[in-house]
Amino acid sequence: MASQEILREEPSRGSFINDPRIRSLFFQTLVVILLFSSIWWIVHNVIENLQRLHIASGFGFLKSRAGFDISDTPIAYTSDSTYFRALVVGLLNTIIIAVAGIVLATVVGFLIGIGRLSQNWLIRKICTIYVEVFRNIPPLLVIFFWYSGVLAVLPPPRESIHLPLGSFLNQRGFYLPRAVWGDGSWLIGVAFLLAIAMAWFVAHRARQRQRATGQQFPVFWTSVALIIGLPVLAFLLSGMPLTFDFPKQSTFNLTGGFWIKPEFLSLLLALSFYTAAFIAEIVRAGIRGVSKGQTEAAAALGLRSGPILRLVVIPQAMRIVIPPLTSQYLNLTKNSSLAIAIGYPDLTATAGTVLNQTGQAVEGVFIMMIAYLVLSLVTSFVMNIVNARMALVER
Amino acid sequence: MQEHDMSWVRTEMALAQPAPPTERGAYAWVRKNLIGSVGDTVLTVLGIAIVLWVLPQIINWAFINAVWTGPDRTVCTTASQGGIQPDGWTGACWAFVNAKFGQFMFGTYPVEERWRPILVAILFVALLVPMLIPRVPRKGLNALLLFVALPIVAFFLLVGGVFGLPHVETPRWGGLLVTLSLSFVGIAVSLPMGIVLALGRRSKMPIIKWLCVVFIETVRGIPLITVLFFASVMLPLFLPEGVSFDKYLRALIGVSLFAAAYMAEVVRGGLQAIPKGQYEGADSLGLGYWQKMGLIVLPQALKLVIPGIVNTFIGMLKDTSLVLIISMFDLLGVVKQNFADPNWATPQTPKSGLIFAAFVFWLLCFGMSRYSMYTERRLDTGYKR
Repeated sequence: MASQEILREEPSRGSFINDPRIRSLFFQTLVVILLFSSIWWIVHNVIENLQRLHIASGFGFLKSRAGFDISDTPIAYTSDSTYFRALVVGLLNTIIIAVAGIVLATVVGFLIGIGRLSQNWLIRKICTIYVEVFRNIPPLLVIFFWYSGVLAVLPPPRESIHLPLGSFLNQRGFYLPRAVWGDGSWLIGVAFLLAIAMAWFVAHRARQRQRATGQQFPVFWTSVALIIGLPVLAFLLSGMPLTFDFPKQSTFNLTGGFWIKPEFLSLLLALSFYTAAFIAEIVRAGIRGVSKGQTEAAAALGLRSGPILRLVVIPQAMRIVIPPLTSQYLNLTKNSSLAIAIGYPDLTATAGTVLNQTGQAVEGVFIMMIAYLVLSLVTSFVMNIVNARMALVER
Repeated sequence: MQEHDMSWVRTEMALAQPAPPTERGAYAWVRKNLIGSVGDTVLTVLGIAIVLWVLPQIINWAFINAVWTGPDRTVCTTASQGGIQPDGWTGACWAFVNAKFGQFMFGTYPVEERWRPILVAILFVALLVPMLIPRVPRKGLNALLLFVALPIVAFFLLVGGVFGLPHVETPRWGGLLVTLSLSFVGIAVSLPMGIVLALGRRSKMPIIKWLCVVFIETVRGIPLITVLFFASVMLPLFLPEGVSFDKYLRALIGVSLFAAAYMAEVVRGGLQAIPKGQYEGADSLGLGYWQKMGLIVLPQALKLVIPGIVNTFIGMLKDTSLVLIISMFDLLGVVKQNFADPNWATPQTPKSGLIFAAFVFWLLCFGMSRYSMYTERRLDTGYKR
């Protein structure tokens, strides 16, 4: 019984210096004091420096006239617009390049990743070489390679390279025919949306029916037929309102058509090819992470190789793939800031110009940080939803 | 008698026969690996077509048509562009790389002082090689020399200004010298910082934990360029008037802070993978916090995350190329700067210079990743049964 008496004694014995709670309190107080004094020192210095340089602080500058031009403007913008609008244009450009890059990188990455697991020796080797080359080279170098190594030495507009479908390639960029939608083309859009809704409904009903009766319904082909057929039908019914504006060669330049500038093109190609190498490795690891027993068990149940992949291997592989894939998407978004090196006006480039013009370094860097943090958070939020849908449902 | 016995028992093993000819040799390998099915055959034909289309072009461009030496741009331009090559010629202009090699390595470091970075490089290799070979003893002393003594010696050698060595300002540094020195110091700083941040993030003290989380997540959420902007534009504002430090040092701070946040997450992964029993075992032996972490937990955790650490190093080496945006000249920056040299402005110059830089980066990164794979295999002993 004596031992219980001892156990019930106060835990603190000896000097209070050895009490973990007091120590932790002491250290944290120390850290807080240090932190606040250094913040106070920094703020003090910043205020003094700004006063010395005659720079007004605050976000008031956002309302004044920007006075510089931006080459790619998804929304209306002139040099008379405000700094705020310039930053919004930059943010939109970042989002455009990030989304386009993510789509292209995913497609290329999945193809290469599956290629690395192919039965075919040659394909496997080609994919391995691709991954090993692109993974070990800085993305900025790849951007320069496309920009000043490949696109800048293309022939001038007068000797443009003709590509199929009326598109042209020259040192000023890539020219594509632009679709011009005539009257009544809204019907096509409506038909497209309707088709998606119907395909979703069909898939839903088919799943219900399969659960209830075990009968299957060819959902995939029905959806394809709906999504292609309905818009085509609407197109024919509304009197084919679609025409194309082909780029035309004039003396010094190409006019008309849809113009992709070399900055955008090289940034897109470099970012997506670089990220694709990483995505390929993630996909390969994901597919190899599904144990062989799963494939064999599925085969034992009588599934053929197509359904085995579609119903057994890929859903499990996606669970392994999605979290690292998310971080690659985030990396791509952040790497899109390399645009500044070749003058594509993304957020970093426009914020950099604003920062240089106004001298508002603190506010400029702050805006940049917040914008990228928000973009990162949105991307992770979307991917977390996808992940939650894919995750193992524990019963 | 034996002849009439109908039963027959084999008394010796049948000799092993070679596999049937269709299942061995080159033909079987081709059938299995290249033309296994219709789809496979199509892919193989496509693959061969791509290889046959691309490879001769690359070999022609990089070796057969390439110009290896020459005084100026005329050797790399066609007659219509004012050079000596026939019209329609395309080939690598290695003469450009050859002529600018010194700049690519050292930037504008004074020519008569270039023995100093070379000496540092020799010392670095002399210390690094025994560090990388597992059989060489005295790893502790070696690490001390490599990570503590070498940076100090290198600092005095490269910057100069003492012992009669002329002072070389950091704006004159450039090329591979900047790339390697930035990444080496970044590595040496970010690993301990990352470990401290990871420990802080798992600390039981709420304020310290919260500070570490905010730092790590903020830095990981923004691009390196923003961090470099921060370091180059905001750091001068943070200091009292008159105090300023050099652009090189600012870039170094930016790169190190950035890498430390990523390193912290890698190390945290290792810390989480160590079973709770290890922590409790250390506690029950009466070890204090730093003893527990330093002697029991971290050695195991770091061993687990070697691939992740090396990946961060590789990422950092690649990321140093971004300093060119705050107008510093690392290897890529110098190569790009030299495109503007009118003596060498030809259509082939950018491609050749960039491919040379890519090759150097590739060699360094690929070497690191192979070494990490080797270490991983060597250290993968603890969990083998």
